[in-house]
Amino acid sequence: MSDFVVDAHGITKVYIMGQVEVPALNGVDIQIAPAEIVAIMGPSGSGKSTLMNILGCLDRPTSGEYLLDGESVAELSDNGLSRIRNRKVGFVFQQFNLLARTSALENVELPLRYGGINGTKRERAKAALEAVGLGDRFNHRPSELSGGQQQRVAIARALVTDPAIILADEPTGQLDSHSGEEVMNILLGLNRERRTTLILVTHDANIAACAQRIVHLRDGLVEGSS
Amino acid sequence: MNPIQAIKEALSSLAMNKMRSGLTILGIVIGVAAVISMLAIGRGAQNQITSSISEMGTNLLTLSSGNLTERVANTKPLTTDDVEALSNQTLAPDISAVAAEVSSRFTVTASGETSTTQVSGVSPENAIISKEEVSEGTFITQQQVDKMSMVAVIGQTTATNLFGATSGVLGKQIRINGQIFKVIGVLESEGGTSFGNQDDRVLVPITTAQKRLLRRNPSNRVDQILISATSADTVDAALDQATAIMRARHKIAADGVDDFTIMSQEALVSAASNITGILTAFLGGIAGISLLVGGIGIMNIMLVSVTERTREIGLRKALGARKVDILGQFLTESILLSLAGGVIGIGLAWVITQVIVLVASNLGTTLTPSIGIDAIFLATVFSSVIGLLFGLYPSNRAARLQPVEALRYE
Repeated sequence: MSDFVVDAHGITKVYIMGQVEVPALNGVDIQIAPAEIVAIMGPSGSGKSTLMNILGCLDRPTSGEYLLDGESVAELSDNGLSRIRNRKVGFVFQQFNLLARTSALENVELPLRYGGINGTKRERAKAALEAVGLGDRFNHRPSELSGGQQQRVAIARALVTDPAIILADEPTGQLDSHSGEEVMNILLGLNRERRTTLILVTHDANIAACAQRIVHLRDGLVEGSS
Repeated sequence: MNPIQAIKEALSSLAMNKMRSGLTILGIVIGVAAVISMLAIGRGAQNQITSSISEMGTNLLTLSSGNLTERVANTKPLTTDDVEALSNQTLAPDISAVAAEVSSRFTVTASGETSTTQVSGVSPENAIISKEEVSEGTFITQQQVDKMSMVAVIGQTTATNLFGATSGVLGKQIRINGQIFKVIGVLESEGGTSFGNQDDRVLVPITTAQKRLLRRNPSNRVDQILISATSADTVDAALDQATAIMRARHKIAADGVDDFTIMSQEALVSAASNITGILTAFLGGIAGISLLVGGIGIMNIMLVSVTERTREIGLRKALGARKVDILGQFLTESILLSLAGGVIGIGLAWVITQVIVLVASNLGTTLTPSIGIDAIFLATVFSSVIGLLFGLYPSNRAARLQPVEALRYE
């Protein structure tokens, strides 16, 4: 049993575009301890997104080993990956990705529904929304909320399942600086209070500065950690 | 995800595109309505025909000249003498009554009004066998048959056509083919059937029809002979006895083929319902094609919907939706669409059949379409199956999307 919540060794990913093999990751090693805040930085084309997809179990590595919360995921089936994502990963996307025409509460409930949790889902969703300061916006639809509020709904949705890691992909990319700060404060607060492991994928140095550790990627390799 | 939630979600996403959902449903609505109303009308006609045949009595046999299934040379015509032979109680103990009938269309005139009407030559036995009743006056008597009287019993419609009234016409004169007949009775109304109007006809003594109107050779020739068995249970025995008598009279060798046909009502009913059954199946089949087209419409829209919602599918997968969850979501939508179409289609079918009944009754035919529970059940099941089948391909496409690519889709 490893001490790390994320423990990846020699992760490679090769995309096959027709006849050409395009390597995206060339053997990445990354370990993240529980309750750690890690920022993954790198220029576009560095393999940042690919690494995030693999860490978030959205995709399988071509080779390498990856233990998420003690569970090996490199070889899992599609359904196995769905189950792992549902239980162990919370996603916060740059574009919020909320379901339009669905209330904040129902958006937050969605992962619980896929997880087969029925009895307590309403209470848990309400608690998650309250944790991000949206206790008075249960029945609002995304279109009735500001950008910052939408991202907070997304954060509530990410944390409602009590995941091992929260993966935030440019969480402030579409927000003004004030809302961005607010969202970052919530994420950092969660880490403080709930000891949630936080992985921030960003190329904004200010965001990365919030992290305890920054992993720099370049050309599919970890260039350095600081 | 539990089924109730899946249905709720499907409903809300269908509600997002009300216009589109409505148009998609329309294809199924028309298909289902066409199938059900065609079946209902076909079956209504079938019921009507079989019931009007069985109304004539289950112990009735119809003897006519010629063989329907095999070729027979030199067919002998049926004559009034055959009627007497069949009435022989020793040779045919199970036959209770025999009546001959001749008929043809003639111009009938009275007080300046003209109509072309079916004129039948009958005897008093016809009234018993065919259950004819008069609303006024009397039926044709044996005496009138013997004396070749120039008397007539007319139907209600004929009475209205000629005299403008269905009563008070006794003793009036009508001309059939130019010859004067006295009206002695008016038949009770039988109502129109699928065979046409049964109330527009004139009955005269059979002998009068043979000698004065038709003048066929031989003059005692008849079109068909109605035979009544003593009861419904003796129909088969009566049929055998009648066949034996007729074969003897026509001098048919032991291995020869009958040159006449005796049909029981049962055989007639089954023949008639065979024909209408084929017709119904044919109409239903054509209507079924429109249901198929409706199904293709559903598939088309579901494919569009899957493409449009690629990002949503990606997000759902990222949140832990399995293939089966996404498959279920889209299948629920297509089944709901198609089922809604089916239910509305049943309602529309009812309206269509009512309209057809109205049109038919204006044309003088009563039609009682029957929308059976089985037709409704069939339509519901069939439309859900259509939704399932045509939703399967688009739903499967949605379920197989890779989350990474789906999330990246713009």
